[in-house]
Amino acid sequence: MGPTLPLFPEQASTMAGRVDALYFYLLAVSGFFAALIALLVIVFAIKYRRRSETELPRGVEGSLKLEVAWSVIPLAIALSFFFWGAKLFFAMNRPPNDALEVYVVGKQWMWKVQHADGQREINELHVPVGRAVRLTMTSEDVIHDFFVPAFRMKKDVLPGRYTTAWFEASKPGRYHLFCAQYCGTKHSAMIGWVHAMEPADYQAWLSGGVASESLAAAGAKLFQRHACNTCHRPDSLARGPNLEGLFGKMVQLSDGRTLIADESYIRESILTPNAKIVMGFQPIMPTFQGLVSEEELLQLVAYVKSLSKPSPAPGPAPATGVSSMPPVHRAAPPPKEKGK
Amino acid sequence: MSAAVHEPEPQEPRVNYLNATYGIRSWLLTRDHKRIALLYLASITFFFFLGGFFALLIRLELLTPQGDLVQAETYNKLFTMHGVVMIFFFLIPSIPAVLGNFLIPMMIGAKDLAFPRLNLLSWYIYIVGAFFTLWAVVHGGVDTGWTFYTPYSTATSNSQVITTAVGIFITGFSSILTGLNFIVTIHTMRAPGMTWFRLPLFVWSHYATSLIFVLGTPVIAVTVLMVFVERVLHLGLFDPALGGDPILFQHLFWFYSHPAVYIMILPAMGVISEVVTTFSRKNIFGYRIMAYAVISIAVLGFLVWGHHMFVSGQSVYAGMIFSILSFFVAIPSAVKVFNWTATMYKGSISYRTPMLYAFGFIGLFTIGGLTGLFLATLGVNVHVHDTYFIIAHFHYIMVGGAIMGYLGGIHYWWPKISGKLYPEAWARFAALVVFIGFNLTFFPQFILGYLGMPRRYHAYPPEFQVLNVMSTAGASILGAGYIIPMIYLVWSMRYGRNAPANPWGSTGLEWKTTSPPPTDNFAEPPVMTEDPYLYSREEVEIVG
Amino acid sequence: MADAATTGAPGAAASRRLQHQFESPAQQKDAASLGMWIFLVTEILFFGGLFLAYTIYRWENARSFAHASLHMDIALGTINTVVLICSSLTMAMAVHSAATGKKRLLIGFLIATMLLGGAFLGIKAVEYTDHIRHHLFPGPGFHYTVPADARAAEMFFSLYFAMTGLHALHMVVGLGLLTTLLVMARRGRFSPEYHTPVEISGLYWHFVDIVWIFLFPLLYLIGRHLK
Repeated sequence: MGPTLPLFPEQASTMAGRVDALYFYLLAVSGFFAALIALLVIVFAIKYRRRSETELPRGVEGSLKLEVAWSVIPLAIALSFFFWGAKLFFAMNRPPNDALEVYVVGKQWMWKVQHADGQREINELHVPVGRAVRLTMTSEDVIHDFFVPAFRMKKDVLPGRYTTAWFEASKPGRYHLFCAQYCGTKHSAMIGWVHAMEPADYQAWLSGGVASESLAAAGAKLFQRHACNTCHRPDSLARGPNLEGLFGKMVQLSDGRTLIADESYIRESILTPNAKIVMGFQPIMPTFQGLVSEEELLQLVAYVKSLSKPSPAPGPAPATGVSSMPPVHRAAPPPKEKGK
Repeated sequence: MSAAVHEPEPQEPRVNYLNATYGIRSWLLTRDHKRIALLYLASITFFFFLGGFFALLIRLELLTPQGDLVQAETYNKLFTMHGVVMIFFFLIPSIPAVLGNFLIPMMIGAKDLAFPRLNLLSWYIYIVGAFFTLWAVVHGGVDTGWTFYTPYSTATSNSQVITTAVGIFITGFSSILTGLNFIVTIHTMRAPGMTWFRLPLFVWSHYATSLIFVLGTPVIAVTVLMVFVERVLHLGLFDPALGGDPILFQHLFWFYSHPAVYIMILPAMGVISEVVTTFSRKNIFGYRIMAYAVISIAVLGFLVWGHHMFVSGQSVYAGMIFSILSFFVAIPSAVKVFNWTATMYKGSISYRTPMLYAFGFIGLFTIGGLTGLFLATLGVNVHVHDTYFIIAHFHYIMVGGAIMGYLGGIHYWWPKISGKLYPEAWARFAALVVFIGFNLTFFPQFILGYLGMPRRYHAYPPEFQVLNVMSTAGASILGAGYIIPMIYLVWSMRYGRNAPANPWGSTGLEWKTTSPPPTDNFAEPPVMTEDPYLYSREEVEIVG
Repeated sequence: MADAATTGAPGAAASRRLQHQFESPAQQKDAASLGMWIFLVTEILFFGGLFLAYTIYRWENARSFAHASLHMDIALGTINTVVLICSSLTMAMAVHSAATGKKRLLIGFLIATMLLGGAFLGIKAVEYTDHIRHHLFPGPGFHYTVPADARAAEMFFSLYFAMTGLHALHMVVGLGLLTTLLVMARRGRFSPEYHTPVEISGLYWHFVDIVWIFLFPLLYLIGRHLK
């Protein structure tokens, strides 16, 4: 079989067609202007070619009208590119609320993927078609980038913080996953596949794997093991803010700033607690830098998120069958540890 | 009558800047801006071919999908050093340090730049910085990418990061001093009657470039210094493991490196303005607009750096601001293309080699600039960032634009610089070869990029192979196209016909003196009484 | 153009100095002045990168930075500030002396400036040694009393050493410039007609002083409200 010559990528997400439409608009306008300039240059070069060494054309000073015209018209066209592109970009950065949560940890030179219900993958990501998927990503070492050309989706993956991206696969199939930020020796080997599956097939895949603990359940265990519950509790003995219902809400800080409690805020509060103190609390929380890995941090984040969900069971789209992981209970204050 | 074209066959050169003094010391300790320009010419030519050699190896590797020519680590060093050498040691100095140094004093009617010794020092600083970089190349190379993103460059990479960082830091001062020299010269040393709006556009372009030199380069200097400090002393500035922010590095890096691309293109635009007017034998359409355009490109160019960071984790709103500003900066460039085209309208077009390079520039810069609009468009940028689309875009501008401008300028002023004429047939042939080779090399990369082939990939999925093979084929043609001028230009220095003072019938003060010029440029200090590019008058009056 | 070989008269001294690319001494002076101003602009951009890093990290860690700043010796910092301001005064006096042809005063003020600059560097050395002894130099040896603040404090000290270190380097260069001026002054090179090197070195020295005026409050004074 001879070498293939693809000239255009597949459209496999709801965003892909929108990006391509804008791309074709850009191509059409650019093609027009490039052809126009090329044509004019060629025509002028031939029509006005020098016929005698002594000929002297009449000079032209310029024309303000022309200058304004060919400044304003390109600017207007450029602004049309801007608005369309900005609109698309906004949509790319606003995942739908009911998106499936997937967590990604990049490290030299592999992708570690964790589904909320505990399913783990290396260099592969299985997702259902027709459902939005939101990726929360971080790196264990240097900057990477999660790039799926068929979805027209790309986001840098940073050490020390979370970045998010989302997509909704629209066509079943197997699509390239590339690392798109140079990260060292095996950068070009840090690749994999995204498998978009019909919902039924996805369910089968989910339940077919080794049963494992959901991220939130693992996080609940960590929460107990590190004794977070001794300060973060809903009763009057609390020395730290109550975490139930916290995720996604507005938080007021002691220095007057406000923010929305998102994954990054949770992570930062665990690692550098003194950076942001909630109004009304003291800066007494110890740092857990070095005591929790990136994956454990994601589990803790998933756990804190679960304290805000109306139903206790995050997982695949409802009405497709029995969910395969145990529900997470609201954390009741555990009995005091002896000796504390 | 048009300016002197029908002079009798020129005599053997009298005393000029080339033969006024002899010996290696008279060159290495010269204060003559023209000799310093030639020192730069030799140095940057060496680095051009070194960077080109790295490119050759890259393209050879990419003939096959597997990484089978060199190891991954070697490949990473190849593309890093290709970028570092080409950008810092070839493109950024190229036109300013060679043609700018040679011509600016002559174009404004001065004997030299304001600070000749500083000019020589600039060259030595460049050489010292180059030495560090060469040392790094020889001792294992550096593999961070020319963009040195942290924390890979400060914490993880175990290549010659520090040496290369030192080399770039030092060479940056060469740029800063050159820019400083140009600004002061243009402000204080113009000949009587040479008002700002009588300056050739080549001078305006270099003035705008010099603004970027002095305002932008210090920022990359301090950024590289911070990388050095973090890597050597483990002061955590950019590494999250030490409490730093890697995005801060990106902001600081691109704050210089975006204006740097305007350092690379503005001088070429200046060359094109000179070439198009001469070989259309017509004054430039919209002189003042063209002057304002280069200044606004320089200023606006400082405001758009975040368009390299749309997917970096930067906020959506920051992205929108940088996107809209990036569209603004495109407009003056577009206006310049329209003005050059309008200059040709009803002109008297000659197809001499410099003009062929100008045609190529206009076409390729237009394509490169238009694809820049694709990249400024947020929704599309997400897909094509860090793919071969970007590589194609910037090579269209830097190679299709800046290098064509450089070669066009070298050919245009070669008679003035060397006193010799190059063989026109070979020169036209080479220009054609360069144009064809260039397009074959880089156009397929737009397609590869949209398909999703990431940049800096040693090995790639097999479906990308055919386009890669096309690109490599083009690269070999392009390489040949660059070697041919090397040969005939050197040949012409010994065997070329002597050049008259004004072989092209051009206006401009540099053509009013001999080819090559005397050390002090003019026999007597000139006085300017006319606007530039006045071809339509019966005679161009220069009182001198 | 005046004969470059004449001696004695001040006018000849000026023309002896006229470099061949310039048409007049006024043009030469203008060029030198503009050149130094542009160079100082590049220095602003150069320091600017560090000031930007400081701004961002302080904004993110305001409390920790303020606490870390309490480890600075405010007495020494204030003395140093006064020392530098005085050195700018003596430098200005030196320029004035050169402009009025008072050679002995010029030499005296140059020496005074150098002594004050040296004092500044000496006090800085004392501070640095002190910080290092208290394990406040960033890196493996860094040790901070409040662990929760340690990360941010190490960032503060990284910036402190980077910024004041760069500033001290510029002071050393400045001392070198002053030494050169001293030698030239003793040889009688300056006159009311020609003292451009003194003027532009003065500009440089004032710039280095101004950088310190910004560094001092940002590094020494941001924690005072916590006391």
